Amino acid sequence: MFSSALRTSFTALRAPTRVSAVALTSPSLAFARRYITQEARNKLQQAVSSTPVVLFMKGTPEAPQCGFSRAAVQVLDIHGVPPEKMKTFDVLEDSELRQNIKEFSDWPTIPQLYVNGEFVGGCDILINMHQSGELDELLVKAGVVSPEEASENTSQTQSQN
Amino acid sequence: MPISAADLEAAIRAAMPVTYLEIEDTSNGCGENYSVFVVSQAFEGKNTLARHRFINEVLKKEIAQMHAFSQKTLTPTQYQTYLAQQAAS
Repeated sequence: MFSSALRTSFTALRAPTRVSAVALTSPSLAFARRYITQEARNKLQQAVSSTPVVLFMKGTPEAPQCGFSRAAVQVLDIHGVPPEKMKTFDVLEDSELRQNIKEFSDWPTIPQLYVNGEFVGGCDILINMHQSGELDELLVKAGVVSPEEASENTSQTQSQN
Repeated sequence: MPISAADLEAAIRAAMPVTYLEIEDTSNGCGENYSVFVVSQAFEGKNTLARHRFINEVLKKEIAQMHAFSQKTLTPTQYQTYLAQQAAS
């Protein structure tokens, strides 16, 4: 489904729609970058906006194929993200998606989490946010979990420690 | 060619002032998996995503050649808090 939609043509647009979020000057910014086509970018934008929570991972939530993807799924599970509000894409099933999503987000690794169409981060950031309580905050603000559920989940997590 | 911890260290030190740096090879020697812990004042005023993006950009070439990469980024102030917590536990 995704692969055919993402087939890139050779009309690669050289102009990125988005300036890199990092305003810091770095010599490597001068390197030529491979830009994904506008079409592929639009498809991905639609995909990440289709559901409140979207996770690009290796494998499936039931059978993750990488420890980092597994950790991401587990964190989302702890926070009680309901299945109907979450969608996952297995990048191992689609090598083009695997490459394109990295360029789309300008993020080099998988998993990648999006909430309400916005890139949140990878596994390290997710775990960081889980520990600091920012993830609960974000999920509540995004309307993914209710405030009651969030506090319940947090207390459960604490009691497990 | 496998990436060495020295390559990563050189790239990080060249890009920002470093208060503390720890690079761990988590690949059992094949040079494919690294975990870095960077403390720098360059992170001041930036959220985690911006910090990680900065490191990703600095190590762009290296990360592209590895299988897995994990990072932890703190400001010097946060590092002091972190050390205090480590000492307390």
